[in-house]
Amino acid sequence: MRFTKDHEWVAVEGDIATVGITAYAAEQLGDVVFVEVPEVGKTVAQGEGLAVVESVKAASDVYAPVSGEVVEANAELGDAPETVNAAPEAGGWFAKLKLSNPAEVDALMDRDAYEAFLATL
Amino acid sequence: MSTDDLKKTPLFDAHVAAGARMVPFAGYAMPVQYKDGVLKEHLWTREHAGLFDVSHMGQARLRGENPAKSFEKVVSADYQGLKAGKQRYGVLLNAQGGIIDDLMTARPDDDGLFVVVNGACKDNDYKIIAETLAGEATVERLEDRALLALQGPEAAAVLAAHVPEAATMVFMDAKALTAFGVPAIISRSGYTGEDGYEISVPASDAARIWNTLLEDERVKPIGLGARDSLRLEAGLPLYGHDLDETVSPIEAGLNFAVGKSRREAGDYLGADRIAKELAGELARVRVNLKVLEGAPAREGADIADADGNVIGKVTSGGFGPSFGGAIAIGFVPPAFAVIGATLKVIVRGKPAAAEVVASPFVPTRYVRKL
Repeated sequence: MRFTKDHEWVAVEGDIATVGITAYAAEQLGDVVFVEVPEVGKTVAQGEGLAVVESVKAASDVYAPVSGEVVEANAELGDAPETVNAAPEAGGWFAKLKLSNPAEVDALMDRDAYEAFLATL
Repeated sequence: MSTDDLKKTPLFDAHVAAGARMVPFAGYAMPVQYKDGVLKEHLWTREHAGLFDVSHMGQARLRGENPAKSFEKVVSADYQGLKAGKQRYGVLLNAQGGIIDDLMTARPDDDGLFVVVNGACKDNDYKIIAETLAGEATVERLEDRALLALQGPEAAAVLAAHVPEAATMVFMDAKALTAFGVPAIISRSGYTGEDGYEISVPASDAARIWNTLLEDERVKPIGLGARDSLRLEAGLPLYGHDLDETVSPIEAGLNFAVGKSRREAGDYLGADRIAKELAGELARVRVNLKVLEGAPAREGADIADADGNVIGKVTSGGFGPSFGGAIAIGFVPPAFAVIGATLKVIVRGKPAAAEVVASPFVPTRYVRKL
């Protein structure tokens, strides 16, 4: 799993990247009450808005940590947005992207680097 | 803004010790939530009792021969007719009939009027009130007092254990009395739609009283995040969002803030516009919207008619934890403000159906008689 400074995570299998937000981000957001996931077929560039996650208080953008085409969105979040809080780095994933530039993944932080980054916040 | 530049209420240390997330609000460092988070805090208040620090709000005394008469030049409520031991909602108006602030005025004893105003507006309010009262009455800011709100269905039982007199009060009663061993002003009112009290106490005793109330297992501290979702469900407008200097009390559906005797006399700032609006000349009115699909519509979202023409804006919106869905307050021309009508809210460029519904979204539980 790789991480961004915006607190997204990416897990890569072959050329498919699963994207979610980290436990730290979920905790900061508070109780998630609505998730807007992207449509399948949408192409996103690294850093572009991929999803929107809403807590009682506010809406927050989730940015694409890598570039690619959306091949699947997590439909279960429609009925169970709280999964983002319960299992942010597992069942609370937002979308799967077909990587258009796999090299982007290598440039992201690994777990140790992300933990070190969190310690600076 | 760093929290160092912010003012602190007498309960700042108590909030930090309780694990609150502190944010800037009205120039103060205030708790937006505690460890439980907004959703649980909201639901706790609806089921038990929530304790809020609202010491950022302005508390003042108006004194003089007839301070209510002077005050009435800039507020449309009937404060000369306010009986001893009662509190009444009002709006401070500008010359165009727009709302400078909304406020509560009480006659808790024979020491003039006790006024509570919004924290973000208080400096400007006091300046206007002092100018209005000049030569006739005085305004004294009570900087040495804190304000707590205890809200929820168990609030009455909790407070009665410490202050038996509180149980004899009904909604909008306000009394000066000795509570927790100190001079207090207690009103049976609040900003959640629930039964409850607002309790003004000396700042020096605030932390002790806060902790005493929290010793009761029915009580949890509640942050500003849940205060906002609770008031939204109760259909209560928030100054700076649903109300501002362009909005009149009639547009905002606050007709009750314009006293009957005051309508006839028309003897206050902005009375011309308000008389016209009461006669039906209204450009826009406040509506409550239930968002039927998609994401919550938040402040600033456009409201459109069935054909997609933009007709207004959302001024407050979010998720209602007790309502169980997305709700919003906004303003539209009166022709569209029909209960049951379907409008659209535009969220991130996408239109979603929203139904005009009656206020409040969640039934209020004020105790109007014992």
